[in-house]
Amino acid sequence: MREIRYREALREALMEEMERDGTVFLMGEEVGHYEGAYKVSQGLLAQFGEQRVIDTPIAEAGFAGIGVGAAMTGLRPIIEFMTWNFSFVAFDQIISNAAKIHQMSGGKLTCPMVFRGPNGAAKQVAAQHSHSVDPFYTNIPGLYVVMPATPRDAKGLLKTSIRNDDPVVFLEGETLYNLKGEVPEEDEDELIPLGVARVAREGDGCTVVAWGRPFHNAMEAAEILAKDGIELEVVDPRTLRPLDTDAIVRSVKKTNRCVVVHEHWPYGGPGAEIVDVVQREAFDYLDAPVERVAAWDVPMPYASNLEELVLPTTERVLEAVRAVSYR
Amino acid sequence: MPDPLRDPAPVPVRPGETTGEDPALGLFQVLREDGRARGEWAPDLGAKTLRAMFRHMLRVRLLDERMMMRQRQGKVGFYGAITGQEATPIAAGFALKTQDWVFPALRESAIMLVRGFPLTRYIAQVYGNAGDVLKGRQMPSHMSGRAVNQVAWSSCLGPQLPQAVGAAMAAKHRGDDAVVLGFIGDGATSEPDFHAAMNFAGVFKPPVVLICQNNHWAISVPSEKQTASATFAVKARAYGIPGVRVDGNDVLGTYRVIKEAVLRAREGEGPTFIEAVTYRIGAHSSSDDPTRYRSEEEVEAWRQKDPLQRFERFLRSEGHLDDGLRDSLEAELEAEIKAAITEVEAMPRPATETLFEDVYADVPWHLRAQEDELRAADPPPGHD
Ligand SMILES: Cc1ncc(C[n+]2csc(CCOP(=O)(O)OP(=O)(O)O)c2C)c(N)n1
Ligand SMILES: [Mg+2]
Repeated sequence: MREIRYREALREALMEEMERDGTVFLMGEEVGHYEGAYKVSQGLLAQFGEQRVIDTPIAEAGFAGIGVGAAMTGLRPIIEFMTWNFSFVAFDQIISNAAKIHQMSGGKLTCPMVFRGPNGAAKQVAAQHSHSVDPFYTNIPGLYVVMPATPRDAKGLLKTSIRNDDPVVFLEGETLYNLKGEVPEEDEDELIPLGVARVAREGDGCTVVAWGRPFHNAMEAAEILAKDGIELEVVDPRTLRPLDTDAIVRSVKKTNRCVVVHEHWPYGGPGAEIVDVVQREAFDYLDAPVERVAAWDVPMPYASNLEELVLPTTERVLEAVRAVSYR
Repeated sequence: MPDPLRDPAPVPVRPGETTGEDPALGLFQVLREDGRARGEWAPDLGAKTLRAMFRHMLRVRLLDERMMMRQRQGKVGFYGAITGQEATPIAAGFALKTQDWVFPALRESAIMLVRGFPLTRYIAQVYGNAGDVLKGRQMPSHMSGRAVNQVAWSSCLGPQLPQAVGAAMAAKHRGDDAVVLGFIGDGATSEPDFHAAMNFAGVFKPPVVLICQNNHWAISVPSEKQTASATFAVKARAYGIPGVRVDGNDVLGTYRVIKEAVLRAREGEGPTFIEAVTYRIGAHSSSDDPTRYRSEEEVEAWRQKDPLQRFERFLRSEGHLDDGLRDSLEAELEAEIKAAITEVEAMPRPATETLFEDVYADVPWHLRAQEDELRAADPPPGHD
C-alpha cells in the first residue's frame, strides 16, 4: 500500500467527497487563499472556487451558525476550526443547535455537517491553546465524535463523516499532521464506519485502549514490552461517540487486564466512560483494577519541562501496564 | 477643524468615504509623514517626555529584533513582534495614571514597560523560566504584570474587550477614578466579544477607552475581508459612543487622542472607541510567512510611514535629537537588552513543584494526591 501523510489523507478525503457531492463545502478561517493553518486544504480553492471554499471573518460562532443554517436547508458544510480551542466561542451552535435540531424537530430536520480541526496539545502553546476537547463533546447526545490516530483512519473516517446525516465532531491531531502511514489507493473509496474500534495490535498480556496521539505511545509501549514477553493488545476506538464498547470488552475478557490512555484531563470523559463499561461488563474477568494514564489535572503550562510532565508518555504507559500485570 | 473628541460631527456615514470632517471617517494626525507637526493639534509635551517616548519606542523595536533572532536560534519557543506598531502602545503608556488598567490584545504588551515593569522580568516571560513572575505558565507575547495593572490577552481572540468594560464598570462601582484601556485587533472585531464590549460600553458608559489597532491584516486575511464598514471607528456610532480614527503611526497623534479619551473617561463623560490605523511590518508571529499573501511593495510603502523614523525626524527638526544622542541612546539600549537577555538565559527552568500550584487558591486534596503520584513515579529532578 502507498504511504501518505495524515494531512494528505484528510485532504484526499475532502477532495474526493467534494468532487462526488456538490452540496459539500468547506468554510473557516484561512481555509482558502492561505490553504489552511495546517495546510490540510491545500489546492481546494483552486479546484472548487470561492463558492465552495470559503474564507471567513474571525468569528467561530458566526460561521458555525452559518453552517448549521446551510445544513438544515440541504447542504453538507464542513466547518474548520483553526484549532478546537477556538470552538468554545461556537459552543452554543454546536451543542444547543447542531446536536439537537434533529431531535427537537421531531426528526423533520437534519444537520448533516462536520466540524473539524486540530485537537490537543501541540508544543508549548500553553493553557488556552492545548485543550483536549474530547470530554466536552462526547457528553452531548446527537453528536458523533471521531478522533483518528492514523492517516488511513483519518481519510476513511472523514469520508464517512461527510456522508453522515448527523453532525460529526472530527478531532484531528495537531501533532499528527506530518505522520506517514499506509492508505489505500485513491480509487478505492474506502469508507470506515463510525462507531467501530480497531484492534491495532493483538496480544494476550493486557488491553491498552488509546486514541489520538497517545495511541502511538501505546504502540511504542507494546514494542518495548514484547521484548519482555508481555504482548499488549492495543485497541483504538477511533470513534469516541458512539463508543464500540463490545470491541473493548471482548479484548479485556481475553487479556484480563486493561489500561486506558488519553490526553484529556482525568475527570470524566471517554477515559472514565471506558473504565465504567469494562468494570460492569468484564468485572469477573479482571485480574487487576483498570488503570488510567491521563494528563495531570492542571491547565497546560508553557515551560517545556512542565508540559512534558503533564502529557501521557510511553514511560507512563509502561508503568501502568506493569502495575496491572503485577510486574 | 473640529476637536475629534469633544465635537463628534453628526454627519451621516457615506460608504467608502475615508476622509472628511467626521472623526470616525477621517484620520486624525499630528505628525505628517515627513515628520512635520500640525501645530494646532500638537500635544503639550516637553523635550524630556518626547525623548522618553522615543526611547521606549526604540527599545521595543530593538527588543523585538533580538527576540525574533533568539526564536530563530531555538532559544525562544514563539514570538510575536510589533514592529511598525510601536506608536500606539507607547503613547498609551504615557497617557495613563498608575491606578489605570490595561487589557491588551496581541500587540500592546509593551505598555507595561512604559509603566515601570522591569525589562528583565518582561523578557523572563518570553522564556517562561523560574525568573518569570507567571511561573512559566503563559505563552510568549502574552505578557502581563499585576504590579502595573496589566492583564494578559486571551489566546482565544476577543475576551479582553468585555473584560476591560467590566473592569471599568467595577471602577465606577467602587467610585475610584481608574480608567481602563482595552485593545483589540482589526481581525478580532469580527468576534462576538467586540459587539458585547461596545454595546455594554454604550449602555453603561463606564470609564473605558477601547482601541482597535487596525494593522490591515489578521494573519493572511486583509481587514476589508473582516468588515464591509467604511472604517472601524465608525462602528462606534451605532453603539452610541464617540469613534475616532487616528494615524496609528503617529505617536503624537495617538497620544493626543488617547489622552483626551482617558481624560473624558476620568471626568465621567463615558467611553470612546479609537481606531489606530497602522501596519504590521513583520510576520504575524514566528510561525507565519507573510510573503505568501502580501506584496513586498505594500510592505515597503508602509515602511516609508514608519512611526519611529517619523518621530525621529520630528525630534531632530525640533532640536531634541542629533546623531550623537541617537547613537549613544541606541548603544545604551542595546547594552541594556543584551545584559537582560544574558541574565534571563542563565535562570533555571520552573521547578516541578510549581505544576500543581495556583490552579486553585489553595491546592486541593486531589491535586496533592496527583503531586504525590508524580513524585513517586518521577523523583523531582529539581531545577534542571
Ligand atoms: C477565537 C480565535 N480564533 C482564531 C484565532 C487564531 N488567530 C490568532 S491571531 C489571529 C489574527 C488576529 O488578527 P487581528 O485581530 O487583526 O490582530 P493582529 O494579529 O493583526 O494584531 C487569528 C485568526 C484565535 N487565536 N482565536
Ligand atoms: Mg490585524
